[in-house]
Amino acid sequence: MATKELSPIDVYALLPKTNCKLCGEENCMAFATKIVNRVVELELCKPLLEKQYAQSLLKLEEMLRPPVREITLGTGERAVAIGGKLVMYRHQFVYFNPTAIAVEIGDEAPADEIEHRITAVESLSYDYIGQKLKLDLIALRCTSNDARKFGTVAKQVSDRTRLPVILCSLNPDILEAALVVMGKARPLLYAATSENWKEIAELALMYSCPVAASGEGDLDVLNSLASTLMEYGVEDIVLDPGTLPGERIGQTLDNFTMLRRAACEEGNKVLAFPLMGTPISVWSQRREVPEVAKWEEAYLTSALITRYADLLIIHSLDGWVILPNLVWRQNLYTDPRKPVAVDPVLKAFGKPDQASPLLCTTNFALTYYTVASDIEAAGISCYLLVVDTEGISVESAVAGRKLTADKVAESIRTFKASEKVSHRAMIIPGRAARLSGEIEEATGWKVMVGPVDSSGIPKFLQEKWKS
Amino acid sequence: MVLLPEENAEKKVGLKFSPKMLELLSKYSEIELEDVEMEIGDLEIWLQPSVTGVQVPRVAPPVKVKPSELLKTEFHRSLRQYPGSIVEVRLGATRAEGGTRGNVVIIGGEKVPPFYLSEGMMPHAPIISLDVFDTEIKLAKAVRMHVEEVLGDPAEWARLCVEKFGADMVNLHLVSIDPLIKDTPPAAAAKIVEKVLQAVDVPLTIGGCGDPQKDLKVFEKVAEVTHGERILFNSVTLDMDVKKTAEVIRKFGHATIAFTSMDMNRARELNRKLYEYLPREDIVIDTTTAALGYGLDYAFSIMERTRLAALMGDNELQHPMASGTTNAWAAREAWMSLAPEWGPRELRGPMWESVTALTLLLTGVDYFMMMHPAAVKTVRDVTAQLTSTPKEDHGNPTSWVTLRI
Repeated sequence: MATKELSPIDVYALLPKTNCKLCGEENCMAFATKIVNRVVELELCKPLLEKQYAQSLLKLEEMLRPPVREITLGTGERAVAIGGKLVMYRHQFVYFNPTAIAVEIGDEAPADEIEHRITAVESLSYDYIGQKLKLDLIALRCTSNDARKFGTVAKQVSDRTRLPVILCSLNPDILEAALVVMGKARPLLYAATSENWKEIAELALMYSCPVAASGEGDLDVLNSLASTLMEYGVEDIVLDPGTLPGERIGQTLDNFTMLRRAACEEGNKVLAFPLMGTPISVWSQRREVPEVAKWEEAYLTSALITRYADLLIIHSLDGWVILPNLVWRQNLYTDPRKPVAVDPVLKAFGKPDQASPLLCTTNFALTYYTVASDIEAAGISCYLLVVDTEGISVESAVAGRKLTADKVAESIRTFKASEKVSHRAMIIPGRAARLSGEIEEATGWKVMVGPVDSSGIPKFLQEKWKS
Repeated sequence: MVLLPEENAEKKVGLKFSPKMLELLSKYSEIELEDVEMEIGDLEIWLQPSVTGVQVPRVAPPVKVKPSELLKTEFHRSLRQYPGSIVEVRLGATRAEGGTRGNVVIIGGEKVPPFYLSEGMMPHAPIISLDVFDTEIKLAKAVRMHVEEVLGDPAEWARLCVEKFGADMVNLHLVSIDPLIKDTPPAAAAKIVEKVLQAVDVPLTIGGCGDPQKDLKVFEKVAEVTHGERILFNSVTLDMDVKKTAEVIRKFGHATIAFTSMDMNRARELNRKLYEYLPREDIVIDTTTAALGYGLDYAFSIMERTRLAALMGDNELQHPMASGTTNAWAAREAWMSLAPEWGPRELRGPMWESVTALTLLLTGVDYFMMMHPAAVKTVRDVTAQLTSTPKEDHGNPTSWVTLRI
């Protein structure tokens, strides 16, 4: 059954129906609803873990199993889960487990370069809507074709960082040299191919590691590899359909799309695994200027994030390559079912004083950040009253009575706006113009109707605000 | 290890394996096959003893047998049929067609989701229209440096866009008509349009200032003086007098963008109103583009849903999609100087616009309104790559593993 069609009734039918509230919900039906919406886990239902419900538990687990298996790379705090996708299209539900991004290191790189790259992957962090956006893994590549060398560098890397590692070599002996030193860290083995799959599968079983399968561009081979590995007893598989840049970008994206469709919409069990892409492939083509390859790697990464990649390996560490992708990944993996909201607050910009203007907006994150960026860009000192409209934008909030005179009055009291400024005038969004009379009545403050778009705030203040 | 519970069980019941089955089984190294009679037969008999009436011992519980050779299977793409398709909208008109353009462009016509190449190609490559403003406006530094010399001169600006940046179309914004800016009267605005029409011979898009009353007045005048040119007006909105706007567009043979604010129902509502006055082939829809980091996820999901709904048969959404991709520059990450580890804004900015554009390209956008030459080139290159037929050679997708970079 497709996840999107799963109804709480289906889940409820298999629950113990004790209404014991041990899970924290009022009754089993409420719990079933939360289960279907994936906001709680089955383990919270204590009775279900009793022996008599073993069959039901199995059925429920089967019913709730995501069409794309979730696989964990690495161990400990920095372990990364990939896959676990329930739907093909974001608007159908929500995407879980943001695309993990690995930065490569070659085993022939000088020691200081290796250190530099590890440090960069560990420390790169961008503050965005209250989150820290970061890179996730190291992909260690064997360019030396020397097992001993690879093993030595693998040891260096695993001693140095807790980040999960992808070990990249098509030679099983080389991979084993690294597994000997870091086999317990659950690295991803890249890759099993039609040539080496048996040895790689043995390594995976011996060290309990996940394995990437590469059909080297051929989806029939990929399909064969996945079924053979499963048959061999390997459970954690990542599929690499092959990332080819340039004129093959269309075929690459089509392959990802068709594989994800097979798993999410066709119930294909052989291909029910996370997908990985390798934007690093752009470096296979020689270029006069490295910026050209970086540019291509940057946009290829974004396209693969959009088209179903659960894991990516890149080379570039430049901020202008990484940042747009970290932000797009964050955006794509937000829950489309709920508007993104910020906490209601009275926010100070610049160095406001008692005479500074007081503006008002809603707590829809997009609205808030747009207004904030316009204020910051113009270097204005002012206060911004962020009213709780349940994360709804100004226009919709006015129409839906989520932004009302009473709510504004309440916010003014809650955040003690009268203590921050000595005047009694506030600027409301142009789209809330029709509330101006009511707000004046409810607050006793003079209301000025501001611009329809926050980009007009600087000009508005310049012309209309007399402190 | 043996698969069958009793030695030579096959022999006892006289079962024969088909050669194909033997081949498959032989890939399991642990199975002993020496005693099996290799004659004609069928495994099905063995699997369904009741059919033959022969009592066959049950297969042992699944002891996992490791395959010794690759189990060759095929991946079958599941291809779909879509009941709906996107209308084609033609923009610009040559002399023969009553205009003065050197060429016309056609957008839309899709019958499958964007770049599902297994199912089909886009009949027309997406079009890139470059923004030109009729008055000096605030621009990000990375953009401004490319148009510095033509700011305030829309005709020269348009020429630069076409000749140097390879614009398919020019997207002229009559910002100065805004009553709060210069309040340029309709006749003067029409003069600006005529100058741009003379400077370049690509099809034009004419944008208003967002004031519903003023835009209509200006559109009326511009539509009249450009009669026959098949201008794309940007845009008609629900807060305008839809009837009057649509009628004037119809009367002078133009087309329009129907703009709504991130709401599929409103997009349908506006289209329903427009259908009373305009043929479907005159309408392009714009459901709003928010910048990467500033709501691109909303824009993305709405466009993706809109296009899929259209293909699935929703006949109120079967129009080419437009994107005001220049909005990408509203993101501070695009234009602001950040800490050095985030790189120079001269690269970060155009990449911001590129990622915004490519993300929406993958939802099916047909018509991009853009700004930075590097982002324009990127969208053009990627579009060409996405729609090209690759050579037979597969390339080697794992060559990166040993690459010395």
